[in-house]
Amino acid sequence: MAIVELHGLRKFYGGRDVLSGIELAMGDGELICLLGPSGCGKSTLLRIVAGFIIPDAGQVLVGGRDVTKLAASKRQMGMVFQSYSLFPNMTALDNVRFGPRVAGAPKAEQVKRARELLDLVGLSSHEAKFPHQLSGGQQQRVALARALAVQPQVLLLDEPLSALDAKVRLQLREEIRRIQRDAGVTTILVTHDQEEALSISDRVAVMQGGKLLQVATPAEIYRRPADGFVARFIGSGAVFAGRVERGHVRVGSMLLRADASATHADGSEVEMFIRPESVQIQAHDGELPDGTVAGTLSESVFLGGLTRMRLTLEGPDNHSLWADVPSEHAEGFKPGHKLIAWWEAAAPRVMPLSRE
Amino acid sequence: MKAPIAWLFIGAFLLVSAIFLVAPTAMLAVQAVIGDDGLTLEYVQTLGSYRYVKAFEHSLYLSVLSATVGVIAGALIAFAMLKPGAPRWLRSVVTSFAAVAANFAGVPLAFAFISTVGTLGLLTSMLKHIGVDLYAMGFSLFSIPGLTLVYSYFQIPLMVIIIIPAFEAMQPAWREAAENLGATGGQYWRMVGLPVLAPSLLSGWILLFGSAFSAYATAYALTSGNISLVTTEISAVLSGNVSSEPQVGAALSVGMIVVMVLVLAASQMLARRASRWTVKQ
Repeated sequence: MAIVELHGLRKFYGGRDVLSGIELAMGDGELICLLGPSGCGKSTLLRIVAGFIIPDAGQVLVGGRDVTKLAASKRQMGMVFQSYSLFPNMTALDNVRFGPRVAGAPKAEQVKRARELLDLVGLSSHEAKFPHQLSGGQQQRVALARALAVQPQVLLLDEPLSALDAKVRLQLREEIRRIQRDAGVTTILVTHDQEEALSISDRVAVMQGGKLLQVATPAEIYRRPADGFVARFIGSGAVFAGRVERGHVRVGSMLLRADASATHADGSEVEMFIRPESVQIQAHDGELPDGTVAGTLSESVFLGGLTRMRLTLEGPDNHSLWADVPSEHAEGFKPGHKLIAWWEAAAPRVMPLSRE
Repeated sequence: MKAPIAWLFIGAFLLVSAIFLVAPTAMLAVQAVIGDDGLTLEYVQTLGSYRYVKAFEHSLYLSVLSATVGVIAGALIAFAMLKPGAPRWLRSVVTSFAAVAANFAGVPLAFAFISTVGTLGLLTSMLKHIGVDLYAMGFSLFSIPGLTLVYSYFQIPLMVIIIIPAFEAMQPAWREAAENLGATGGQYWRMVGLPVLAPSLLSGWILLFGSAFSAYATAYALTSGNISLVTTEISAVLSGNVSSEPQVGAALSVGMIVVMVLVLAASQMLARRASRWTVKQ
């Protein structure tokens, strides 16, 4: 049974739809990421689930029970905030035992539970410290332990890593996933960081303009984005707007190799999206075989084992195409070199043209 | 600012403090124990007389009461003004009024209250007209409760100005976190809100206490010295209304300083306890 179900959620602010028709069902113990750019409504959606905002329409069901109008304090959800929001007048231990304390649990039990959780997040030796004596990463661990102390039905994480530096973010991301799996708690994580969403989630829900555009596993989202926005937002790659022509995509004077005949009629307007890892390149020796395009190397970005290269394709529109090349091969190419690029016909994702 | 320039200002401040604070205090202390025949405790001992004990009692009672009323009312007003959903204009109206009212004291304030709630004041007359006789009910503007009311006029706005930054520093997410963890509004304020505000409330209380304890003009203008306060007694012995006894005045002043030092020490102790979680520790 899905433990969290969102049905037809809508929210207006100042006559504007902040959320419209949100439908989402989450399985028990699942971690789902709400991913989208700033202002897409993901935090509003999380706050509706938490009970801080009442939706204008729709329902929030937890374990089959309608909690849409239930006060946040009665929902038994744990929330971790972007700014940690630890109570500054309490030690780490007191912060973690706050939930059991207000619930009236015996003190010995509160302390025992808080110590277990501090141990789980690796902060046993910091229990007597006040928040200002802890680093950002440590504070967020305490916040996570505090949220888990109420044995929540649902754990809500509102951009929990965005205030941390890159190294701590990476480390804590893995810890959150481990702890979430150990606790088996259904979790909703809000983020605008696609790498974070893809690496931590069971499923990713991509949002834009108050709508859920696609809800799928990270691999599905990456390989088969539902539309141009999802394709552009998740990972990197080149997007070309054009028309289907004999299964390929005509973009200006170029006929880009694709396999769209089964899904799109000839002449239909589409967007073609291709990821850098699907593109191969070689020096342009004057010949342009079928299914290849010619271009000039504009820039190279060293990524370690791979080098990402941007080709400016020939033609009046100066389209760009990205290719990931093993770094040892990339050393032979310099900006200004003429290159040809090609890819497998099945590699590009061809989607109906997005009007947004 | 470069260090030498900074030290120039600090030096000037220390010099002014030495001339106008330390030296007069030392002189008062010396004057209080030096009589015509040399060293004596005669003037200090007069502080134990009924008249001066009453003056200290009245001053302490008035200061504690008006400071406490000021802290509670000022904090509640600031809270109402800053709480989420409060209209934006309310803040500018209240802070503008508070800035003016906090500095409105002395004879004009006394006159304003006499014309409003004095025996023949506008409000007194209006209430009498509808059958509510304030003075018959035991109220008097020219009493300690009356003085407390008048002092509250500048104490409450002063507290509003002092406590606004403390309220603004409170993160709304603390409230949400507490609510999310199952706390009621009361539990949040008891366990988080008030402890976080406590150092600022204590500091505000001390400031208000000091302001009331040292106030003279308002009380004198209102009661013409009929209610004995330490400040009005000092004025009486220095101006020679009863008899000119500058040494008694000095002893009373030293007594005031001792009270302020004791109150400050106690509040410091409490503030240290209340703010042990802050960064300064």
